This record gives sequence, structure tokens and C-alpha cells, in this order.
Amino acid sequence: MHEFRFDPVPMPEAAQALRGEVRAFIAQEVAQGAFTPSRNSWSSFDADFSRKCGARGYIGMRWPKQYGGHERSALERYVVTEEMLAGGAPVGAHWIADRQSGNQILRYGSERAKRTILPKIAAGECFFSIGMSEPDSGSDLAAVRTRASKVDGGWSISGTKVWTSGAHQTHYLIALARTAPKEEDRHAGMTQFIVDLAQPGVSVRPIYNLYGGHDFNEVVFDGYFVPDDMVMGEPGMGWKLVTGELAFERSGPDRFLSTYQLLIESIRAVGTEPDARAANEIGRLVAHLATLRRMSISVAGMLERGEQPAVEAALVKDIGTAFEREIPETFRHLLATEPTLGEGTSYAELLGMTILRAPGFTIRGGTREILRGMIARGLGLR
Amino acid sequence: MSAMRNDLLKTVDRIFDEHCPKTVRASAEAGAWPAALWAALEEVGLDRAVLPEDAGGPGLDFEDAMFALRRSAYHAAPLPLAETLVAGRLLAAAGIAVPQGALTLAPVHAHDRFDFMQSATGVLLSGRAQRVPWGHVCTHAVVAGELGGKAVLGLVATAGAARGVEKNLAGEPRTLLEFAAAPLLACAPLAHAAARLYAEGALARSVQMAGALERTLEYSLQYANERVQFGRPIAKFQAIQHMLAQLAGQVAAASAAADAAVESSVAAPDEFAVAVAKSRTGEAAGKGAEIAHQVHGAMGYTREHNLHYSTRRLWSWRDEFGNETHWQSRLGRSIAAQGADALWPMLSRL
Ligand SMILES: Cc1cc2nc3c(=O)[nH]c(=O)nc-3n(C[C@H](O)[C@H](O)[C@H](O)COP(=O)(O)OP(=O)(O)OC[C@H]3O[C@@H](n4cnc5c(N)ncnc54)[C@H](O)[C@@H]3O)c2cc1C
Repeated sequence: MHEFRFDPVPMPEAAQALRGEVRAFIAQEVAQGAFTPSRNSWSSFDADFSRKCGARGYIGMRWPKQYGGHERSALERYVVTEEMLAGGAPVGAHWIADRQSGNQILRYGSERAKRTILPKIAAGECFFSIGMSEPDSGSDLAAVRTRASKVDGGWSISGTKVWTSGAHQTHYLIALARTAPKEEDRHAGMTQFIVDLAQPGVSVRPIYNLYGGHDFNEVVFDGYFVPDDMVMGEPGMGWKLVTGELAFERSGPDRFLSTYQLLIESIRAVGTEPDARAANEIGRLVAHLATLRRMSISVAGMLERGEQPAVEAALVKDIGTAFEREIPETFRHLLATEPTLGEGTSYAELLGMTILRAPGFTIRGGTREILRGMIARGLGLR
Repeated sequence: MSAMRNDLLKTVDRIFDEHCPKTVRASAEAGAWPAALWAALEEVGLDRAVLPEDAGGPGLDFEDAMFALRRSAYHAAPLPLAETLVAGRLLAAAGIAVPQGALTLAPVHAHDRFDFMQSATGVLLSGRAQRVPWGHVCTHAVVAGELGGKAVLGLVATAGAARGVEKNLAGEPRTLLEFAAAPLLACAPLAHAAARLYAEGALARSVQMAGALERTLEYSLQYANERVQFGRPIAKFQAIQHMLAQLAGQVAAASAAADAAVESSVAAPDEFAVAVAKSRTGEAAGKGAEIAHQVHGAMGYTREHNLHYSTRRLWSWRDEFGNETHWQSRLGRSIAAQGADALWPMLSRL
């Protein structure tokens, strides 16, 4: 049986110093009106803000300097990401590239991919999407039908990806495609490719979400050409790569801080003298939050030590996303606010927006049920 | 795990495996003092685990001592080890010598107060304290209150003070103690003594709940893998797998919350971290026990299976030294009073 251990991780001095720096940067940006603390920090696309983050060294923090990185620790990166989320900074543009795509390229990309793409990501000028899901392949990722066939000097991709967040605004995505027919081992014969969305042969169409927002897309490949040096790892290694990418996708504080701004504004709305019930509920949520944060930092510590905390990350994401969803459910009772459709400028709109976004929290990045299956496997049950 | 911690684990587990079989737990519930078990703990100094070496401690740091306590709860040991450790820590903080034997604490109820009175011969203690853990079994109690408007800690003999014994759900004795001008054996100032005693108790119960939860998960995994229905182990049913995944989440969260509180309370209880820990472990206790029992079916509802030694402790400990509502409300009031924008600095300090 896998033993779940969320050992304490002491924050290094450097990380604490960095915390003050990031906090001051965010405060200054807010003061200058560059942004108002956003309601959905890591889903808010703001290329200008991303460039500023890049200039300050807040993207690609763990990567080697030769590729534009900053050779800092996983814990330092953790501090930057959590301060950005807590401060409501609009980090959505660079989030995916920094959290997962860049790491994949660093580990499995060709030298040319590393040299041409990583420095631009780190500068906050190059953004990525995730090209995993398809119409017939959601939780069952091994069912992807997008095909890549070998052609002279590269591969030709055809097929359709869906729910591709941000693809209408980003520059690249990493696509998972089938490169050999399905065999008995259904995890064999898949490959990850770096797709430049500016090249011909790929088109992006909006899929509007339930409240009419445009976050995700349908991405259609029609004989799209990928040169050989934009293949990730060896052809056929795709399954191993994509599961590694998912571990990065699931491990961070973005999996329990999505509704932090609502928590803060709700506490503000409750006021400084809460009644017994409000005090109890606020205390409960904060107890959960403090505990999640500790577990998440512990996962960052495991990454820092070179371990592969995929199961721990799944566990933190499962309870973290459940927590995110409890925040609107708790305060709608306490504040008796009728949620309102809008941009999230008033409390009622912020509550409304959070309620509308909440269903996605326990689906995106792997559903709750899939995560519980992973945890069960970790417990030796399957 | 450090080598030191690993040795400690082996020592503690050996003692409990040897001296805390089911028969000992059962007879303790019937009122027998598990003398051999206590002696074995004393022999390696675990009853003094929180004391510095020059005060007779075994040279463990606070985290290690709390780890030993956690293991004792994992083994459902029917002893006032938590109380003895907390009492020792309080006495050491107040500079009072720690007497031999198992110790208890009072008051342990939010509304109980003792009167401390200065007399010509010393300080006298009066008043009642409900549900004092092992109050009639321990020869001494550490008591907290105020003397002349100043917070003080005292040590009193319990002989003759017991007025009745109740049991918590795990069958651990909870004694009504009443003192009428009882002379304290020692008394010294200690900042916020009563609040500190309560917080120390809450911290200890959080650690204990983390240990008991760990055991319920182990029992549940084992049972799910062994019990066969419809031709296969129930562990193969997805519904069971998901229940156990949720149980693992509760156990991991409880563990993380308790560990965090221990680390930030090395010198004295950290109010914020203790409130988080008692709230979170208390919630996990209820939710975790519920899942564990559901997975065990009727077998878990029997006296014969061991699960109840853990779950009855969880159902008791979550309500002792303040239930979730008590600590959550304190936390919530303090956060609201400081304002929404103070929350993040508070959280990220830990
Ligand atoms: C807001 C949002 C943004 C997203 N962004 C992206 C993106 O950028 N790129 C990308 O590739 N994808 C993205 N996704 C897609 C996401 O990864 C998938 O939605 C997710 O993996 C689930 O797939 P599905 O929606 O097809 O649901 P399904 O897999 O069809 O699942 C439907 C239901 O069945 C359950 N289920 C499925 N299989 C099992 C099983 N074996 N056992 C038990 N229950 C099961 C699921 O848990 C779920 O409850 C996004 C999704 C959302 C909501």
C-alpha cells in the first residue's frame, strides 16, 4: 500500500524574502490600476501582466538559466504562485505554460524546441493550451482518436480536440495523438506534439460555456504538419508523458484557491462582528484552507526532492476542489444574497459568477471520480 | 522519517503490541488500571516525554513526544498519557517539579472555574470540575485559574476529591472532582494558565485523533481486501474504492492539521494552529468513522471486531477540550475582527 505522507516542508529563507517581493509587486500593480483583484485569477487572461511577471522572473522559475529560467526551487515557485492567486492577479495567460507545458518541453522537447520556446515562455510572451480532451475521449484519455501519420520530415495531424481552454488566445498547445493503431496495450502508440497555432491546418472555434463566456474551444486539425523536432520524447511515449503532465497540472495551490476572492469578500461582507453561525462557518473554512495549504506545500516539497507525488496531488486536488465549491454554498446561506449575473463587480455578481463556475472545478484537470480512482489505486485497492 | 523517529516508532509499537492486547483494553474499560502497560511506558520515560532531560525527561523533542502520543492513540491505549504529558508540560512551564505517576488536568470544561485563595499556610483550591479524565485514578491534578487577578497553575492531590465517575464513549473514565479549600502542593504564575491548559488539551486530542484515524483507515483497507461478496473482495467495487479514497483524504487532512499544530506549538500552543487542528481533526473524526463503519458492514458493529476501539475514541475526543464549533467560532471571530485582508498574512505565516 502507498503510504500517504504529507511531511512538513520548511520554507527556505529565500522563499520568505520572495513572498514579500511578490506581495509588494501585486500591491503596486493594484495601486497603479493595472488590474483590480480578479475573481478568477488563473483563468484571467492579461498578456501585459504576464510580460511584467516574466520581466520580474516569476515564470519558468525552476528552469535552467540557459533556457531563460531562473534555477529557483519548487518552494520558491510555490510561494510566487500562491501569492499571485491570493492577490487575485490575472495570471491566466501564462499559467498553463508555466505550470505544465514548459516543464514537458524542458524534459522531453528537442533542443530547438527548448531554445526557441522556453525563453519566450519565461519572458511572459508565449502562452500554451492543453490539447488532451476530445469529443469521445474525456476521462478515458487513452481513447483519443486524433491521428498523426508519419510524413517526410514530420507528422501530419488530423482530428478534433475539445474544451481547449484559451486556445483562441494562446500561441501553442501540446496535443496528444494516436501514432500507431490501438493494440492490446491501449496506452501504447500515442505521442505528444507541440502545435503552433499560427500555422495552417489547425482552426480554433469557440465553445461558449454555460454562462455564455468564451474560455474553451474546439480545435480542429486537418492535415496539420508538425516537424520532427516538435515531437515530445520518442513517438509512442505519449501516455507516460501525458500522465507526467497531469501530475504537474494537479499539484498546485490553484486547486483550492479558485474561489479565494469570494472567501475574502464574504468575510468582508459578514463584517467584523459575525454572529455565532457565521463565525463558526468562517472558522471551518479557514481550518480547511490552512490544512490544504500545508498539504499542498508538502507536495511541492516532494517535487523539489525529485519524487513523483501523483497520488498525493490527486488527493489534494480532490479535497481542494471540494473545498472551493463549499465557499459559495456556505456564504449564500450566511449572507442571504441573491446571486446576480454579471462580471463580478458587486458581491452578488461575484457570488453568481462563482456558483456558475463551480461545476467545472471538480471536472477540469481530471474529475473527482477519476481522482478517487487514482487514490484507491494508491491505497492498493485496484 | 528520521532514524530517531524510526527507533521511537519501534519502541512504542513494541510496548503496545506487548502490553496492550484487546484483553487489556477490555479490562481497562471495566475499571482496571493497566499497570503493566503504564510501567512499560515509564520504563522508557514516555510518561515524561515532553520534559527536558534535566527535569527527568528522556531527551525527546516535542514533535517526537507528540508522535509517541499519536502512536498510543493508534493502539487505542487506555491510559491518561495525553493528560500526563500535557500536565508535565504545563508544570515545567510554570517551574513546578513534576511528581511521579499518571497526572490529570482540570478544569477541562469551558464553563468550569476553580477558586484559588491565598491563606496563611499556602494557596487553597475550591470548586468543581466535571469530566476530568481519569480524575479518580491519577493521584495528582494540574489545575489552572486565577489568584488575586493573576493567572496561576497549581498542583493538587486528588485523594478524596472524586464525587462520581462517568465514562466517555470509549469507556475512558471522566471524573467529577470537587475541592473544598484543598491545599495546593505547589502554585506558580503562568500566563493565561486556564486557556493554555485548554489549548494544550485540544492539541493533544488532535494528535490522538490523527493516530486513531490512521488505524481506522488500516482496518478498513484490510477488511475491504478480505471480505468477499458477489464473488470478489468488496475492495474491487468502485463504490467502496471511492469511500476509502475519501477516508484517506480525511485521514491525511487530519494528520496534516495535527502535525502543523504540533510544529508551531513547540514552546507553547499556537492559538491559530490549535484551533485549525482541533476543528479539522474533529470533523475528520466524524466523517472518517462514518465511512469506516459503512465499509465494515455488520462486522464493524460488533464488540468483537477492533474497529470500535478506534471509532469510539474518535467520537469522544472530538467533543473534549472544545468541539469543532468551539474552535471554529473562535477562529472565525478572530479572523472577522482582524478583517478580511488580514487572513492571507495569517495563513501564509504558518
Ligand atoms: C472548465 C473546463 C476547462 C477545461 N479545459 C481543458 C483544456 O484546456 N484542455 C483539455 O484537454 N481538456 C479540458 N477540459 C476537459 C476536462 O479535462 C474533461 O472534461 C475531463 O477530463 C472529463 O471528461 P468529460 O468531460 O468527457 O467527462 P466524462 O469522462 O464523460 O465523464 C462524465 C462523468 O462520468 C464519470 N466517469 C467517467 N469515467 C469514469 C470511471 N471510470 N469511473 C467512474 N466515473 C467515471 C466522470 O467522473 C464524470 O462524472 C476542461 C474541462 C472544463 C470543465
